[in-house]
Amino acid sequence: MTHWHIMVVDDEEVMRESLAAWLREDGYNVDTAVSGKEAIEKARTYDYAIYFVDLKMPGGIDGIETMMEIRKFHPEASIIIVTAYATVDTAITAMKEGAQEYIVKPCNPEEISLLVNRIIKVKNLQRENSILRKKLTKQYSFHDILSKSPKMGKIFELVKDIAGLRSTVLIQGESGTGKELIARAIHFSGGREAKPFVGVSCAALPETLLESELFGHEKGSFTGASSQRKGKFEMADGGTIFLDEIGDISSKLQMDLLRVLQERKFYRVGGTEEIEVDVRVIAAANVDLDRAVREGKFRDDLFYRLNVISIHIPPLRERREDIPILAHSFVERLSHELGRKVNGISEGALRILLDHEWPGNVRELENAIERAIVTCKTTMLTDEDVAFLVPVADQGKASWNVPSNITLEEAERHIITATVQRTHGNIKEAASILGIDRSTLYDRLKKYNVQRE
Amino acid sequence: MYIVALGSIEEDVLTAVEQGLGHAYGFGVKRLSGLAEPEYAYDAQRGQHSSAHVLRQLITRVPEDAMSMLGITQKDLFIPMLSFVLGQAQLSGPAAVISLARLQQEFYGLSPDRSLAVARTVKEAVHEVGHTVGLTHCADSSCPMSLSNNVRHVDAKGAELCASCIVLVEEKTKHARAMGTIPNSAGTRNV
Repeated sequence: MTHWHIMVVDDEEVMRESLAAWLREDGYNVDTAVSGKEAIEKARTYDYAIYFVDLKMPGGIDGIETMMEIRKFHPEASIIIVTAYATVDTAITAMKEGAQEYIVKPCNPEEISLLVNRIIKVKNLQRENSILRKKLTKQYSFHDILSKSPKMGKIFELVKDIAGLRSTVLIQGESGTGKELIARAIHFSGGREAKPFVGVSCAALPETLLESELFGHEKGSFTGASSQRKGKFEMADGGTIFLDEIGDISSKLQMDLLRVLQERKFYRVGGTEEIEVDVRVIAAANVDLDRAVREGKFRDDLFYRLNVISIHIPPLRERREDIPILAHSFVERLSHELGRKVNGISEGALRILLDHEWPGNVRELENAIERAIVTCKTTMLTDEDVAFLVPVADQGKASWNVPSNITLEEAERHIITATVQRTHGNIKEAASILGIDRSTLYDRLKKYNVQRE
Repeated sequence: MYIVALGSIEEDVLTAVEQGLGHAYGFGVKRLSGLAEPEYAYDAQRGQHSSAHVLRQLITRVPEDAMSMLGITQKDLFIPMLSFVLGQAQLSGPAAVISLARLQQEFYGLSPDRSLAVARTVKEAVHEVGHTVGLTHCADSSCPMSLSNNVRHVDAKGAELCASCIVLVEEKTKHARAMGTIPNSAGTRNV
C-alpha cells in the first residue's frame, strides 16, 4: 500500500495538515501544497496517484483549474474535489472535467477510507495490467521482432528450424515489414552469431560501385581505387551477408552472384587471386521476384539458388493484431530515447492506428509514433496526436503508392475489387464511386471474375 | 511514556490505559498531573473540538524524556475533512490524543456499558501510541493498529499488537532502548 503517493492541496493549513496526517497513519506517502500553483509545479515532477484538491482557493487558480492543469500531464491521476458546500453546479463541473469524486467536508471517516481503498484497488489493477502487458509483449518477442500474428509465428518457427543451416534464404515482403530483422534473427539464432552479419543495400549503389562493395578491389583496378579493399563477402566470412533489394541488381552482377552462390569463390575487382569464403547468403526483395523472373528481368537460375528457403513477411495491414503491441513497444522505447514522459496510448488514438492502412508497414508505424510523441502534450498519445494519419480513403486523393511492376489491367482489377468490397457488393454505389455506369461495372466484374461479396 | 487526563477522566479508565499500554509495549507508563479541559480547541460551528489544536497544545507539554505522551479527553474530536476522529497522533510523534466521547454506548443512545467503554479506550490508546512510535495501520484486523472508523471496528479488534507490529516496535524503539530511556522489555512477550 505504501508505494502510492497522495497529494493534498488546500490553502488552509489545519485542513491540509490534518488530512495529510490522517492519510499518513494509513501508510500512504503524502505530500501537500498550499495552492493550485504549487500543486501543479509538484505534479510536473512527480506522479501522484490521488489528489485531494480543495475547490475554493485564493490566488487565481481554483480547484477545478488545478485539476484541469494536472490532468494535462497526468490524465490517469485520480482527483478528488473537496468543498465545504455542495452545489449541484460545481459538482457537475468537477465531474465533467474529470474529477474521480466530489466530496463535501466534513465527511465520514469510513466514506473516505472506502473511497481511497477503491481508487487504490483500481490503481493496483491498472499496474498489474501494465505488468501483464509487458510480459505478453515479451512472450510475443523474437529477436527484437514483436508479433502475436499466427503468420509471423510460423515464420519464427521456420527461422528457428533453418538458423543452423547454411542454405540460402530469400525474404520477400513490402518495404518496412522487417526483412532485415528476420535476417538478423536467422544469423543470431544459428551457429554464426559470433561472426559478422554484413548488410548491403543493393539498390543504394550504381553497378560498378556495388560490384566493388561486394567483392572488393585491387589497388589501381579503377579510377579512385588507390588501395586494395576487402569486399562485403570477405568481411562476412564465417558469418552472414544480407543482400537487401536484390531485385534491383544488374544482369552482370546477377551472373557474378550466381557464381559465388554456386562455388563460394570469387575474384576482387581487378584481381587474379580466387578468394574462397564461408558465407551464408540471405537475400531480400520488396518486389515480387517470381514475376521479375517470368518477365525476364531476373535470372531464373539465380532465383532458384536464392530461393532455397523462402520467407514471405505479410504486410502490417494483414496482421492488424500486431499494431497495439508494436505501438506500445515503440511508445515505451521512443519516449525514453526522446526524453519524453509519454507512457500510453488512448483508446481513440489506438483506433486510428488500427484503421490506418500502413503502406509503409512497421517502419511507417514507428515513424508515426515518433512524430506523435514529439507533438504530444501529455503522458498519453491521444487521437489528436495521431490525427495526421488520415483514413486511407482520403489519403488516396493526396498520394497513392503505386506498386511497381503492375499492369493497367491489374490495377483496374484491384481498384474494382476493393471498391465492390468496400460497398459490400452494392453495384450502384460502387459504379458511382468509380465514375462508370452499372453495365460497364458488370462487364468488368465478369472480365476479372470478381465476386460481389 | 506518559499519559495525561485533559479535564475530568475517571480513575479506572486511567489505570486501565496505564496497564494496557504497559502490557502492549512493555514500557514504563507514568501519569502526568491532569490538564484543563481543551476549551481552546472548541469550534462553535461544528460543536466539536479540533484534535489538531489539542495536539499542538500537548506538544508544548511533552516531558524531555518522553518517547510518547497520550492525552485523554471526554470531548468529541474532529479534523476539518472528517466528521469526527476517535483519536489523532503525530506519526513518529511524540504527541497523541484519544476521545472517549464516541467510545461510550450512551453516545449512540444505548445503555451504558462501563467495561466495554474501558476496553475500547485501551485499544484506541494502544493504537494512537503505536502511531507515535512510527507504526502505520496494520492489515491484520485483529491487531489494535488496524484502522477503525467506528466502534464496530474497535470492538472487532484485540488490545494486543500482532507479531509483525511487535517486531516493528522493537525496530523503531531500538535507539531509545540503547539510550536507556525505555526499559528493554517490549516485544519480549510471546507472539
